[in-house]
Amino acid sequence: MHEGNILLLFLAICFAVAAGLIGCFALMKRMLLASDVISHLALPGLGIAYLFKINPLYGGAATLFLGTLLVWRLQKQTGLATDASIGVVFAASLAIGAAVTPAGDLIDALFGGLVSVNWVGFALGAAASMVVVIAVLLMKDRLTLSTFSPELAASTGIRVDKLDLLYLLVFSLTVLIGLRFMGALLASSLIILPAAAARQFADRLSLFFVISAAISVGSIIAGFFLNTYVVHLSTIAPVTVMFAAVVFAASLLARRAW
Amino acid sequence: MASSAPMLSVAKLRVAFDHQTVIDDLSFEVRPGETLAVIGPNGAGKTVLLKALLHLIPYHGEIRWSPEARLGYVPQKVAADRQLPLRMGDLLAAKASVQKLPQSDIASVTAEVGLSSQIFNTSVGHLSGGQFQKALIAFALLGRPNVLLFDEPTASLDELAEEHTYELLHNLQQEKGMTAIFVSHDLSVVYRYATMVLCLSRGTRCMGPPKELLTPAMLEQLYGGPSKFYRHIDHE
Repeated sequence: MHEGNILLLFLAICFAVAAGLIGCFALMKRMLLASDVISHLALPGLGIAYLFKINPLYGGAATLFLGTLLVWRLQKQTGLATDASIGVVFAASLAIGAAVTPAGDLIDALFGGLVSVNWVGFALGAAASMVVVIAVLLMKDRLTLSTFSPELAASTGIRVDKLDLLYLLVFSLTVLIGLRFMGALLASSLIILPAAAARQFADRLSLFFVISAAISVGSIIAGFFLNTYVVHLSTIAPVTVMFAAVVFAASLLARRAW
Repeated sequence: MASSAPMLSVAKLRVAFDHQTVIDDLSFEVRPGETLAVIGPNGAGKTVLLKALLHLIPYHGEIRWSPEARLGYVPQKVAADRQLPLRMGDLLAAKASVQKLPQSDIASVTAEVGLSSQIFNTSVGHLSGGQFQKALIAFALLGRPNVLLFDEPTASLDELAEEHTYELLHNLQQEKGMTAIFVSHDLSVVYRYATMVLCLSRGTRCMGPPKELLTPAMLEQLYGGPSKFYRHIDHE
């Protein structure tokens, strides 16, 4: 295998571990819609960066983190209006992204197409993945309590809204790492699908984390090799997500057969 | 002396949601070791008061806890998804870890509420109503609180389980000399366990020992109409 490809595979695995872990709490916190929206928020930034020929990830990072703050603010209010405004942000960011992204780069921005990585990019990506994994492990207990009951969590001294913001930021960082492989449309799918499949088998947290991370890593490795040797698309995202979706479907069937 | 200072003093408390005032101009004190029952009709703001006391919701006015107060809270209900891949042990361990308590405390609070250690391996969705209630009390007791805030569940327990819960809380409170503030809909429970009663209702506000306060006339004023509860109390 080409050296760049090996780096890319390793980076993809780092991303998958981070995505599998952060996804467990996204699933438990019932923020699947919000998480989808967050990843779409990267699109306008990616588009502008392509337009000005700078590293697309810089642009993606900028709008991603701004958007995260926006979603956090919106989430603090509850009710229908929040759902509606998150929906509007979602649609608007896709539209702006589609309008500003040069036509030739649109597919890459949407589905991931940065298929080469140098050592600097690898080191940054791997370090960011480490940050995500460590942050999830450090926040695990507080997130568990606030997922179960925000009130009980607050009564034990946890600052729930700060914790939510911290979680969303780590979530966005995970999306940012994944943009390279998965693009703005599919980056969150490797966060959601493995956790959803793992949920079928896990009745306790530790097992949930391990299974989710394992399915995520398995999917991205499968996606990488199937794409390299069988399908030959310009991005590994579609095959990876399809593989994860098949694992999810299998988990449902297996659970029923149990 | 710490015992002469109030455990809690509330002054001019006001809580409002969307411009609708739920609690207005409420002032009271709770002394160490006291058991305060908060009573009143539905919608009078009993649960809201507990949440304000815990600083879970915004309020105006003053809520001052003694520096020695360590609060344990048993909510009325937990809206958590019962499908969550969480075992009761995960939750207790998470609280112990957040509050930096020795993990051995988990076993002792579980025993105190009369649950077997099997509960650790039971997922939260598989607990019965009574077990869940006890588990929530164990959760509140973790961290050795000296004040217990208990919001009576409205639906999840049958009468016998409710009886057990109050007996348990009462014993724990006696053993540990805890202060307690509880919301109850059952006036016989209030009569038996409370040393002070605070009644909340639009228009009526009163506080005093149950024997003085819980007169048929007062209850009629509070609940607006003859209450099935006084017969109950008259019997005792």
